[in-house]
Amino acid sequence: MDIVKAKDLVFEYIRRDEEGNVEGISTAVDHVSLQVAQGDFVAILGHNGSGKSTLAKHLNAILYPTEGTVWVDGKDTSAEENLWTVRQNVGMVFQNPDNQIIGQVVEEDVGFGPENLGVPTKEIWERVEESLRAVGMYEHRKHSPNRLSGGQKQRVSIAGVLAMHPKCIVLDEPTAMLDPSGRREVIRAVRGLNDVEGITVILITHYMEEVIHADKIFVMDKGQLVMEGTPKEIFSRVERLKELRLDVPQVTLLAHELRKKGLPIPEGILERKELVEALRNLK
Amino acid sequence: MAIIVDHVNYIYGQDTEQAVHALQDINLQIPDGQFIGIIGHTGSGKSTLVQHLNGLLKATSGSIYYNGQDIYDEGYNLKDLRSHVGLVFQYPEHQLFEVDVFSDVCFGPKNLGLSKKEVELRAFDALRQVGFPEELFYTSPFDLSGGQKRRVAIAGVLAMKPDVLILDEPTAGLDPKGREDILDMVKRLQQESGMTILLVSHSMDDVAEYVDRILVMDHGRVVFDDVPRQVFSHVEELEEMHLAAPQVTYILRDLKKAGIEVDENATTVDEAASTILQAFGKK
Ligand SMILES: Nc1ncnc2c1ncn2[C@@H]1O[C@H](COP(=O)(O)OP(=O)(O)OP(=O)(O)O)[C@@H](O)[C@H]1O
Ligand SMILES: Nc1ncnc2c1ncn2[C@@H]1O[C@H](COP(=O)(O)OP(=O)(O)O)[C@@H](O)[C@H]1O
Ligand SMILES: [Mg+2]
Ligand SMILES: [Mg+2]
Repeated sequence: MDIVKAKDLVFEYIRRDEEGNVEGISTAVDHVSLQVAQGDFVAILGHNGSGKSTLAKHLNAILYPTEGTVWVDGKDTSAEENLWTVRQNVGMVFQNPDNQIIGQVVEEDVGFGPENLGVPTKEIWERVEESLRAVGMYEHRKHSPNRLSGGQKQRVSIAGVLAMHPKCIVLDEPTAMLDPSGRREVIRAVRGLNDVEGITVILITHYMEEVIHADKIFVMDKGQLVMEGTPKEIFSRVERLKELRLDVPQVTLLAHELRKKGLPIPEGILERKELVEALRNLK
Repeated sequence: MAIIVDHVNYIYGQDTEQAVHALQDINLQIPDGQFIGIIGHTGSGKSTLVQHLNGLLKATSGSIYYNGQDIYDEGYNLKDLRSHVGLVFQYPEHQLFEVDVFSDVCFGPKNLGLSKKEVELRAFDALRQVGFPEELFYTSPFDLSGGQKRRVAIAGVLAMKPDVLILDEPTAGLDPKGREDILDMVKRLQQESGMTILLVSHSMDDVAEYVDRILVMDHGRVVFDDVPRQVFSHVEELEEMHLAAPQVTYILRDLKKAGIEVDENATTVDEAASTILQAFGKK
């Protein structure tokens, strides 16, 4: 069963001047069709302005298609009666850790979502506990969010989304502002949710290393979906990715350079240990 | 010596209960024309430090000299300092406020009292330098994607033609090609116009690739101040400080452990490739 499906999705931003006259139209998403299976970890890559965030905002009905259709768990997102279920099924996490946390205490912040859903108090606390444990932030439940590091704040935001019991989480550059350990913590937490809880993950990022474990990668270019495949398939096309303003993980790049210089190591190396193993085998 | 920082301390909210000692006894000498990277965990004081260098924050104690002059002297022209020491803020959206992109970039040079023609010329050049698409020059900065906003903020500072350019996490949210373009451009400014560059970054790979010298900040102090190769040889200490070494450095360390004779302190892909090729007798 596909948790998310888009068919011929088009979205146009209409720019108006002060009097409300249309000044220009930009097509941010251009005939995109895609499917995401329940339980998958998928990544979306693409240059700045390629339409990733715009696409993501369709998945929990922040934006509605100009043309085409988006279904979440089989429900058309543009039908008003589905709004509530769609928003409940797909949670969003954004880039800036400081703009997403409103509570004065971590556990309170995580409880806001289910409280708004009208979940009974006892169950709210159960959900807060399980969500904070899932992202490794339970020990910080009594702390004030502004005392936390960026990576910890992002994990609290993720817990806040988890507490809504979504089937799918969309993360729009969740690590862009984090230090190296913050990035590691967040990616580890997200992989855990996917592996252990079976939650579908859609990760948008500009860091290639973060997506090497994805089940599938989608690549966008000027509003269109131009590549789709496993990390190995995508990252073995170094030159094509460069044309699309993207890159490959540093490990893959190093392996690629060594191959070009005549060391017989296999194509499509993504992880440190694979490269070390390949080189050891040459000795 | 462009900038000297002498025993600088800074406390946020002094005399309040929430006082934070964000900078502790900072001493630095920044010669003209150097490219310096600043790394450190979130909250280590990087943004606080760089805001001192253009006089936006005033040290609680200690002195700062710009070209030999004490910037805290009575009668010292701080506005003038800000046109020589340009700062691109961490969150570009805080820096954008004009009706359209082009006016936004004109804002700085206009304040320098230049002719309209010169102002527009500089704005045009700066936008071109950061690779901003011409068809978006007259859109509102608020209608841009995250990465596009960041480019506009950088162009705004470049248009002032500063002698010292400080970039606080300028590449967060940029696509890989954008990251490379901005860093290449900054490197060119350093090499061709002798501009002094300070780059705050969470990307160890980028810092290793571009800078001459790295300052490592930890809890308000500068704990390492050295060339990249030396700084990144302290892998364990860096990890304890929530940082990391470049990815290739880890690969080289693994190879060394596996008995392959490589230079384990190389920090860039090129250096790594050459030491590996050498170890395999391919030179
Ligand atoms: N609110 C808006 N009004 C008008 N145009 C917009 C708006 N938001 C985005 N756009 C335009 O839509 C296109 C796609 O933007 P979007 O934010 O989806 O890109 P993105 O892939 O998320 O980019 P980034 O990697 O920089 O975050 C861009 O050309 C952008 O200028
Ligand atoms: N405006 C502010 N008011 C109070 N404390 C602040 C403010 N800005 C930063 N701090 C505190 O100062 C310390 C250093 O922060 P900052 O310079 O932003 O670090 P970095 O840029 O390295 O992430 C942190 O403890 C932070 O919480
Ligand atoms: Mg975006
Ligand atoms: Mg900062």
